[in-house]
Amino acid sequence: MGRPLLEVRGISKRFRGLRAVTDVSLSVEAGHIVALIGPNGAGKTTTFNMIAGVYRPDEGEILLDGQPLQGRRPDEICMAGVGRTFQLVKPFAGLSVLDNVVIGALRRHADVATARKKSLAILERLGIGEKSEQQASSLTLPDRKRLEVARALATEPRILLLDEVMAGLRPTETDRMVAIFKDINRETGLTILLIEHVMRAVMALSREIHVLHHGELIASGAPDEVVRHPAVLDCYLGEEAV
Amino acid sequence: MTAELVANVLISGVLTGLVYGLMALGLSVIFGVVRVVNFAHGEMMTIAMFAAVMLFQVWGLDPFLAVVPVAAVFFVLGYFLQSSIINPFITRPEHSQFMLLVAVAIIMVNGLLMIFGPNARNVQVDYQLESYEWGPLLFDAARLYAAMAALVCSAAMFAFFRLTLTGKAIRACADNHLGARIVGLNVKHLYALTFGIGSACVAAAGCMMVLLVDVTPLLGPAYTLLAFVIVIVGGLGSMPGALLGGVLIGVSEALAGLVITPSAKSMFSFGLLILVLLFRPQGLMGRRS
Amino acid sequence: MFSELNSRARGLLVALAMLLLVLPFIASNYVLSVAVLILYFAYTGQAWNVMMGFCGQLSLGHALYVGLGGYTAAALFVHFGIGPWAGVLASVIVCMTAGALVGFLAFRFSIGGVYFALLTIAFAEFTRIGFDHWQWLGASGGFFLPVSQREVSDLVNLRGSPTMFYYIILALASAALLFSTWLLRTRVGYYWLAIRENPEAAEALGINLFRYKMLAVLISAGMTSIAGVFFAFYYNNLFPEQVFNMGRSIEIILGPIIGGVGTLFGPIVGAALLTLLADGITELLGAFGIELSGIKQVFYGVCLLLVTMFLPNGVWPALSKRLGVISNRNDEE
Repeated sequence: MGRPLLEVRGISKRFRGLRAVTDVSLSVEAGHIVALIGPNGAGKTTTFNMIAGVYRPDEGEILLDGQPLQGRRPDEICMAGVGRTFQLVKPFAGLSVLDNVVIGALRRHADVATARKKSLAILERLGIGEKSEQQASSLTLPDRKRLEVARALATEPRILLLDEVMAGLRPTETDRMVAIFKDINRETGLTILLIEHVMRAVMALSREIHVLHHGELIASGAPDEVVRHPAVLDCYLGEEAV
Repeated sequence: MTAELVANVLISGVLTGLVYGLMALGLSVIFGVVRVVNFAHGEMMTIAMFAAVMLFQVWGLDPFLAVVPVAAVFFVLGYFLQSSIINPFITRPEHSQFMLLVAVAIIMVNGLLMIFGPNARNVQVDYQLESYEWGPLLFDAARLYAAMAALVCSAAMFAFFRLTLTGKAIRACADNHLGARIVGLNVKHLYALTFGIGSACVAAAGCMMVLLVDVTPLLGPAYTLLAFVIVIVGGLGSMPGALLGGVLIGVSEALAGLVITPSAKSMFSFGLLILVLLFRPQGLMGRRS
Repeated sequence: MFSELNSRARGLLVALAMLLLVLPFIASNYVLSVAVLILYFAYTGQAWNVMMGFCGQLSLGHALYVGLGGYTAAALFVHFGIGPWAGVLASVIVCMTAGALVGFLAFRFSIGGVYFALLTIAFAEFTRIGFDHWQWLGASGGFFLPVSQREVSDLVNLRGSPTMFYYIILALASAALLFSTWLLRTRVGYYWLAIRENPEAAEALGINLFRYKMLAVLISAGMTSIAGVFFAFYYNNLFPEQVFNMGRSIEIILGPIIGGVGTLFGPIVGAALLTLLADGITELLGAFGIELSGIKQVFYGVCLLLVTMFLPNGVWPALSKRLGVISNRNDEE
């Protein structure tokens, strides 16, 4: 193991005195798939938003391959190689599915024709190739989640942040999505950090799990260790069944 | 330029500003709740001014008494304007709402033009020539009464929104549209009420304004812009802000008329508007979103 | 993403182009002047559409750029004898600078939506009052260009017959259409649409919002300034009260909104409809012998109201479907 691709060191965020995230540190090795789990309101999305540049952490550092990310704008962070999806999907509703992805792909390929070709391939891979000419607003929620992933993938990130992309999918669809991420990870070595509630997906995908509760990291480690961790059982069984 | 002159100009600016404030209050309340910028606000003001002039000319009704019937009629008209035409536009994009209200404004200005022609009209009452002296300070009677009436109307508005159940329901609507619907408030009705109240406000301001200036149909767009400037300076959606903005703009106009030329007075206002937008975009009294 | 025009549409377009090219030979001066007006608004509408239709930034103060552009070229011509072709360059530079100022202040201070729209009005009004008092440019009394003899067309100084002006504005409107079409096919065009649809998602995809919004304002302001130069040399007079008036700004944006915001043909269709509507109403009222100031505009307002209420996306999207000229539609909303 060399230097981790993404390193988060002691970041905190307060909103009007309310502590959303407190002193969270975690690191993601290149090529790994790592999950961030925790009950609702644990600060997972806030952590993502700090990594992606939506919020600036009050304290702490975020390093991508040793380069500091904190305090930079979302577009700069994307350019640095961090792709992200939104928990509440944000498609470009008035544009076609293909064009949604093309906009992501243009970030690496200034030429529109090349970007279209790349985008079509990504849509095929995610199984919504035949819907590429539809308007994005006409997609069902699961397809919108796929579109969200396709768009982020099109920016050819070094690390992909997935925010609850399995939510609302049927078990078979979840399994397909898991298979797609596994394939991409194996073929391209894409690093993935995911927030997920669907434990079926988390267990199948991740090599390492971090658990957030009330804005603090309460456990980290291999999946089967973490799910047996007493603090984790406590917070999960206490608040919601998984 | 003596200190007395400046002081008297300031007084007149503050008094006129309070009437401006009442006009802008209507715009601010509508935006604060319905989230639609009423691009026909100044045009509504001129219609009210014409109504006051006509009531005076035909029945000799004093403009201060005309406030009651004119505001009542405007309330009803505002209610119907919102419930029939504007409500369906609530979810449409801003440029679409803008287009709608511009169309309404065009119809209003030119409707007035059709009926009354382009000539200026005014009312003449005895107290327009009177004034009160307090030491070296001079208060125009008409201006003073208008300002006091504007304050009374504004106070009534504050009371309505703070104390009555309907007022509280409307504020709930403004704070959280979805939440208001969930607890069972009839949002569309409340929006229409708000637009009616905003219209009544501008109608009252119009009745008072005829004591201070002559009215022509083409004044509409200028008042619309004036109302925008005031509410943005004061804070779009803030009621005290509208009054404060009105006074500030009234004073700045009066001073501009004194130090440069009166025709350039609104340059001061627009300059002030640009500065406020840049350094305190939520307005002087607005809440940061 | 861009409406792929089918063969029927291409046929119609070619026929229209032919008609427009020979129009001066077959039409009366009156018809020609109406055509100039339509093309003028098609051009300004196209320019405004770059900013609002493509990039989603609502400007209600585009008269600022028409006025600044017109005054710049006219002042150079009258005071320094500099011809309009050099003048147009100066106008573009002046207007882009003004646009850069408005855009920089607004976008740096994160002013968006309604506030941005009101800021653009404020700048236009501020400038109007300024010009009202600027004696060197005639102040509120107006600024006049020497009126030309209409027989000789002097392209260098843009002095000449209505036919010459017709071809100039035809060329401008066509160029604006082609330019907009091309813009939408480049990376910049895609980025604008992304910003219009969802700025937050656009930013997450690596789009520098400030840079691309600025670019939209600059291009739109530059394009609009050329219309201002045309206006000055066509009408030979400029009054601050007229060119910078908020009413002028509204006129500019009526066409594209009625035609269809963000579409390529919307501004053209909208300009044609509105101009013909205004003229039609005048004719109709004349035929009935009704002369009442304001009545024409009331009709106009009612028509606007109806279109806005019943065709929320504008006339063009509905019309193109009806005509069957677009084979592949899932774009251009």
